[in-house]
Amino acid sequence: MEYLNIFVKSIFINNMIFAYFLGMCSFLAVSKTVKTSVGLGAAVIFVLGITVPVDYLMNTYILVPGALSWIGAEYANVDLSFLSFIMFIAVIASMTQLVEMVVEKFSPSLYSSLGIYLPLIAVNCAILGGSLFMQQREYQNIGEATIFGIGSGIGWFLAIVAISAIREKISYSNIPAPLRGLGITFIITGLMGIAFMTFMGFKL
Amino acid sequence: MSKTKERELLFSPKNIRLLTSPLGKENPITMQVLGICSALAVTVQIKPAVVMGISVIVVTAVGNLIISAMRNSIPNRIRIIVQLVVIATLVILVDQVLRAFSYEVSKQLSVFVGLIITNCILMGRFEAFAMANKPWPSFLDGIGNGLGYGIILVVVAVVRELFGSGSLMGYKIIPESFYNFGYSNNGLMIMPPLTLIIVASIIWFQRSRDKDLIEK
Repeated sequence: MEYLNIFVKSIFINNMIFAYFLGMCSFLAVSKTVKTSVGLGAAVIFVLGITVPVDYLMNTYILVPGALSWIGAEYANVDLSFLSFIMFIAVIASMTQLVEMVVEKFSPSLYSSLGIYLPLIAVNCAILGGSLFMQQREYQNIGEATIFGIGSGIGWFLAIVAISAIREKISYSNIPAPLRGLGITFIITGLMGIAFMTFMGFKL
Repeated sequence: MSKTKERELLFSPKNIRLLTSPLGKENPITMQVLGICSALAVTVQIKPAVVMGISVIVVTAVGNLIISAMRNSIPNRIRIIVQLVVIATLVILVDQVLRAFSYEVSKQLSVFVGLIITNCILMGRFEAFAMANKPWPSFLDGIGNGLGYGIILVVVAVVRELFGSGSLMGYKIIPESFYNFGYSNNGLMIMPPLTLIIVASIIWFQRSRDKDLIEK
C-alpha cells in the first residue's frame, strides 16, 4: 500500500513539472511535437528509474553521517553529506553516458530516434531534483526510492506529452503576437498546473 | 590577440554591453529560456528570491571566470563533465555558506540550491560564452546573466508576496483598513502555477514594448 501511495503521489500530486517546475528547460524546448516528446519522456523515465536507486545506495552507504561504519568502527563518525551534490551529479552524468552506450549498442533505431536528447538528460533538473528529493524525504528502503524515481519520471512524461499535444493544436490559432511561442506556452503550463492542483490532498 | 588590442579598458563600451544586455534584450529567462527550472519555486517571498538571485550571480560569475581561464586546456570530449564538476564545487560552497550564515533561508530553499547545478544558465553561458572568450569579459557576462535572472526572480516575488500575503520583505504593506472594507489576499498567488502566468505577463509586456523580439 505504501508503494502505491508513493507511486500515485509522485505522478500526480508532487508532479515534477506542475508542482516544482523541474526540467522546465527541456520541457519548453522539446515540446513542439508529440513524437519527440514521447521519446524524451521515455528516456527521462528510464534514467530516473536508474539514478534514483543508485543515488539512494550512495546516500545510505557513503554519504549520510555514520554510513561508512560498514568499513570499520573507526569510520562511524564520518559525515560526508556535504559531498552529495557532486556525487549525485557524477552518478547522473556517468549513468546517462552508460545508458547512451547501451542503447546505441542494443537498439540503434531507438538511439537514432532519441538523438541529442539522451546526453541532454544529464543537465535536466528533474533528474537531479529526483535524487535530492529522495535524499530529503528519507525513503525507508531501495524499493520505495525506485518507485519514487519511476513515478516522477511518468509524471514528467505525462506532462510533456500533454503540452506537446496542446501546442500542436494551437499552432493554428490566432494568438496575440507578443505572446506567440514562449509566452503562450507559459500560460498553458500555468493553467495545466492549476488543473493538476485538484489532485492535492489526494491520499490512498 | 594582437599586441595593440592588449590594453583594452576594463570597462570599455563592449564590456559594459556584456553586463547590461542580459538585463533587457537578452534576458536569460524571458528571451533565452534558460534557468527556469529552479527559479520559479523560490519566488513566494522576496527574501528567498533575493538570496537565490545572489547565489546564482556568484556561481555564474565565478564559474564563467574559472571555465574561461581553463578553456584552452579542457579536452573537448569531456568538457561537460569538467563543467559539471566546477559548478558542483561552487554550489557546494554556496550551500555551506548559506547553511552557516542564514539557516532559515537555506531551509526554505531546500533542494533548490542544489539544483543550481543543473540550472541551464550555467551550462548555457559556459558553452556559449566562457569557452570562447577571455576571463574578464566572461566574468562580466556571468554577472550580467546572473543579474538578469535575479531581476526577474525579484519582480515575480514582489508581485506574489504583495498580492498573496499583503506584505513586502515580511512587512505588512496593505493597511488593515483595506481588509475591513472586504479586501482579501489572493490565495492563488501563493500557488506555484501562478508564477508561470506572471512570467508570461512579463514576457508579453517586454515583447509588446520591443517589436523585434516577437516570434513569428
